[in-house]
Amino acid sequence: MILRILITAALACAAPAAAAQDAGARNLAAGCAICHGTEGRAVTRDVTTLAGIPPDHLAKQLRDFRDGKRPATVMHQIAKGYTDAQIDALAAWFAAQKR
Amino acid sequence: MKRRDFLKLAGAASLAGCASTPPSKGRVVVIGGGFGGATAAKYIRLWDPAIEVVLVERESAFTSCPISNMVLGGYASFADLAHSYDGLRRHGVRVVQDEALAVDPAKKTVRLHRGGEIAYERLVVSPGIDFLFEEIEGYQQAMNEGRVLHAWKAGPQTQALRRQLEGMRDGGVYVLSMSLAPFRCPPGPYERASVIAAYFKQHKPRSKVILLDENPDVVSKGPLFKRAWAELYKGVLEYRSNSKVVGVDGRTGTVRLEFDTLKGDVLNIIPPSRASDIAVQAGLITHNRRWCDVDWRTMESKAVKGVHVLGDATLSAAAMPKSGSMANNHAKIAAAAVVELLNGRAPAPMKILNTCYSFVSQKEAIRVSSVHEWDGKTLTPVKGAGGVSAARSEAEATFAWNWARSIWADSLG
Repeated sequence: MILRILITAALACAAPAAAAQDAGARNLAAGCAICHGTEGRAVTRDVTTLAGIPPDHLAKQLRDFRDGKRPATVMHQIAKGYTDAQIDALAAWFAAQKR
Repeated sequence: MKRRDFLKLAGAASLAGCASTPPSKGRVVVIGGGFGGATAAKYIRLWDPAIEVVLVERESAFTSCPISNMVLGGYASFADLAHSYDGLRRHGVRVVQDEALAVDPAKKTVRLHRGGEIAYERLVVSPGIDFLFEEIEGYQQAMNEGRVLHAWKAGPQTQALRRQLEGMRDGGVYVLSMSLAPFRCPPGPYERASVIAAYFKQHKPRSKVILLDENPDVVSKGPLFKRAWAELYKGVLEYRSNSKVVGVDGRTGTVRLEFDTLKGDVLNIIPPSRASDIAVQAGLITHNRRWCDVDWRTMESKAVKGVHVLGDATLSAAAMPKSGSMANNHAKIAAAAVVELLNGRAPAPMKILNTCYSFVSQKEAIRVSSVHEWDGKTLTPVKGAGGVSAARSEAEATFAWNWARSIWADSLG
């Protein structure tokens, strides 16, 4: 009985341990939350929810903002702060979040 | 609460959480429930629910400085600023309403006003600011008599200043002043002058705003503010640079500058500030007897090991404003570092960003943004990124409100 509880507890531990592996992308994405909501779930209608967006789509939008191909009020200035690799990491991380 | 009782309670809380979470990896105490402290408390729990987090905050609820200038203009209600700590409780943060009086970094304890001592594994201090009232002659007395206000911490002074503005006669003079940068919210005084000028223009058209700036020029979003003043508030808002307030007499409504005096009906003098008293007591202040230097990879204090300092109290890195957005981002650096350290891993530097809106009237706003990255020594703005609004607009005002609702939710929800 006690053993079973310990095993259950150990299994519960597994999720945070796995999450630690992509802490880099998670940390990078955390800055976006001031406008786009915690883990990319927006809290107002006017802001895009990033969670669950297909990664290729989000990466393209960020590159288009960065390269001036998509007009914006703020994202054209912010997207310039991220490398291609960082944009791909952000897109992959947000794609994996629950909407 | 006695320490024994506190520990008993803490034990009960962790027992209750036992079914779904592994045993605690240690307790983090967070002092201060502003943008920095609230965000740190939430994100530590979000990123590692096995870490116990206790938030110590004097007030029963959060009151937002962002949007408080709109309350002064009558364009938002004071209730819009207030947010409960229940969102943090839902993340498993223990919110303790008490005042932290002292930190003992050797024993790793925080002494509370009512609650005895709490032990910590890591300490996060997000203390905000206190004022150097003594640098302006007569200030303390005039403030005690309610004849001068700073309203630079949202709360009762925000409401008092709004009442004074509402009560002021048409044709009256509102005097606003601030000290040399750095100070909390660099565009804040210019936003406040603008929004109150908008209120006067609508409701008390013969009244005047005089903005006394100790700085040689507008320190944030300068061209955008000056254009708004020229186009919207000619004859209503007067800007005077290089104007240092050295004394105030509340009874006569006199503001004394170095080489001049002037009179006002409502006096809103914002004194010079520093990291708040608990930062002084804890030995966290490293520079100019005012600010706390940190390692920008972890937010760990350069003065006291095991203590992370966030927000306006920090010795700002290059081109980094003392803003709510920055405090929220500082908190994420600290949260990530604390989680890594308590799991026996090495923290990695982070890239963070700032976005900050200012209203220039009841319906138009402007913005500044920047991205900051680790350059091997400090956080520094990424070249080519960031910038300001192309022009003031109603769209930016909509985004300003969205920013506020989003950051309130991200920090507290």
